Amino acid sequence: MPSRIPPLAITAYTATSALGRGRHAHVEALRGRRSGLRANDFTTTPLACAIGRVDGLEASPLPTEWAAHDSRNNRLAWLGLGADAFLDAAREAIARHGAGRVALLAGTSTASIGSTEAAFRSLEDGRFPAALAAPVLHTPHSLGLFLQEALGTRGPCSTIATACSSSAKIFAQAERLIRLGIVDAAILAGVDTLCGSVLFGFNALELVSPDACRPFDVARRGISIGEAAGFVLLEREGAGAPRLLGYGESSDAHHMSTPHPHGLGARLALADAFARAGIDAREVDYVNLHGTATVKNDEVEAAVLADMFPPTTRASSTKGWTGHTLGAAGILEAVISLLAIEHGFVPGTLNTEVAEPACSAQLALANEERAVRVALSNSFGFGGNNCTLAFGCAA
Amino acid sequence: MNGMLTVHVDGIGWRSPGLADWAAARALLRDGGSPALLGASGASPAVLPPNEGRRAPETVRLACDVAGQACTMAAREPAHLPCVFASMHGDLAITEHMCMTLAANPLELSPTKFHNSVLNAAAGYWTVATQCHAASNALSASGASFAAGLFEAAVEAHANEAPILFTAYDVGACGALAGAMRAEASIGVAFVLNPERSAHTVAALRLRHDGDGDDAPALRGSWFDAALLPLFGALAHGHCARLRLPAGAGSALAIEVLA
Repeated sequence: MPSRIPPLAITAYTATSALGRGRHAHVEALRGRRSGLRANDFTTTPLACAIGRVDGLEASPLPTEWAAHDSRNNRLAWLGLGADAFLDAAREAIARHGAGRVALLAGTSTASIGSTEAAFRSLEDGRFPAALAAPVLHTPHSLGLFLQEALGTRGPCSTIATACSSSAKIFAQAERLIRLGIVDAAILAGVDTLCGSVLFGFNALELVSPDACRPFDVARRGISIGEAAGFVLLEREGAGAPRLLGYGESSDAHHMSTPHPHGLGARLALADAFARAGIDAREVDYVNLHGTATVKNDEVEAAVLADMFPPTTRASSTKGWTGHTLGAAGILEAVISLLAIEHGFVPGTLNTEVAEPACSAQLALANEERAVRVALSNSFGFGGNNCTLAFGCAA
Repeated sequence: MNGMLTVHVDGIGWRSPGLADWAAARALLRDGGSPALLGASGASPAVLPPNEGRRAPETVRLACDVAGQACTMAAREPAHLPCVFASMHGDLAITEHMCMTLAANPLELSPTKFHNSVLNAAAGYWTVATQCHAASNALSASGASFAAGLFEAAVEAHANEAPILFTAYDVGACGALAGAMRAEASIGVAFVLNPERSAHTVAALRLRHDGDGDDAPALRGSWFDAALLPLFGALAHGHCARLRLPAGAGSALAIEVLA
């Protein structure tokens, strides 16, 4: 078991998704039970499904000085960075600590692959057209390269890409760097955008719901894919700031695209998060579940929830609002967990009518007004890659 | 708070076209030779069951091959080792295939190709094959992928006070995407890194991220251009060495090799 870690301050945070730009838009949509999902209007080849699309990206190119990085993913990153004055907070942290003492940790599953897909649709003599030939558009690190240029950080910088746990694992990466004294702050960025690869890829795996996803519903039919950008600034101190209390990471060691039947990896990630946070399940007020609405994920996660938490724990999946934002899901749902703490409410599980019997005690379907002091967020990815984050209210 | 991290190298894995393991690479490097990187890696790792070995893409076979070598040399059971996998490109052949299919008939996309396309495919296959439930990581940092992965592995080793497996790999490809990325070389390397010296330790690496530097080496080309010869040359000769690898804009990873 890992040792307890000193909590870190979350001195700024924001998210942009199909629910809108910034924290206020998310609170309003969550409280108002207004989903961001809509019928798929993204793919030219028809695919009957719901998507969580961010409006306006097509008409929002990057500022000209960063035009070489212009892709849907980096546009969403830039749009999200400006929300809630996060960009100002990040720049102030860089000025305060020094650029070399601030890490920039990106998480994404598909980066700017939408630009690579576009290049293949417009091959000229078997080569990429000049406008789409720049390597910065086709690397898994495209998000990190763009943000490092835009922000000017000089600390460690990488892109974690562990599928749907990517932007949860950057919290763990940041905590280690700060605890070891390598940096004083970390800017965390999780961004994933709609693209043919994920829409038709999950469709090929028969995991896409034809209608809006219904997490943990007995009649659920699969995921709805969304896009999002989330940003978090982590520092050692911050008066009145919510806290990162702990995290746990594990591997299922079972299958590339199917969860372990008994949720072994999920249980290990939860146990490590408890140990690092120095808490037990009874102290957890709210769990933001991975809750993708696939038959298997929700069946396994429901059993883990029922086994490891008392019936009084409140839990939900918010993917009925945002869709599954894949590599951005970790940080988006971290932000939703922080909003639950800040605003004192548990978002329910949108679109779900009859919950999986296994977890019907814990699963909140309707929103609930209640104080949330400790919240967890689960993220599980392909390759059996699991991460649980634990957050707490201001000390 | 000087940010210096020392890790001990308990195991080394290597595979490049024509050099099947670290012993072969070490012999070549000691003779002053330069490894040839063009061509197929030829990896067929023992750790993957035959069926998985056939299904797995070349990037995964290469990564699992060198990871297995490093664990064997370090006499470490992979099931208990956390792991960090770093790759500049991921699997270009799969990305190429998927994008061609998406351009022609997206409804015919292969489900296996899709789940093999994630950057953590190597970490996924490795943890399944070795029954490893520890944390597994997959990251990319352009031409700094080796430096970023090595540093992340050293950070994890110290933060968790436990040995860790670090693997860096890339595979040459052909096609429009590989052409745009100028990706031709195949190379996989791996270390078992230990925060403590052990009976298996063959060298130590003292690492420091230097973000002060206007004199930082430029981030261009591939990680093996910058990383490979100075670092592995020193390890092959058992020499001490100091080197600086590009680690992103305006920053370097300073490495001291202690024989």
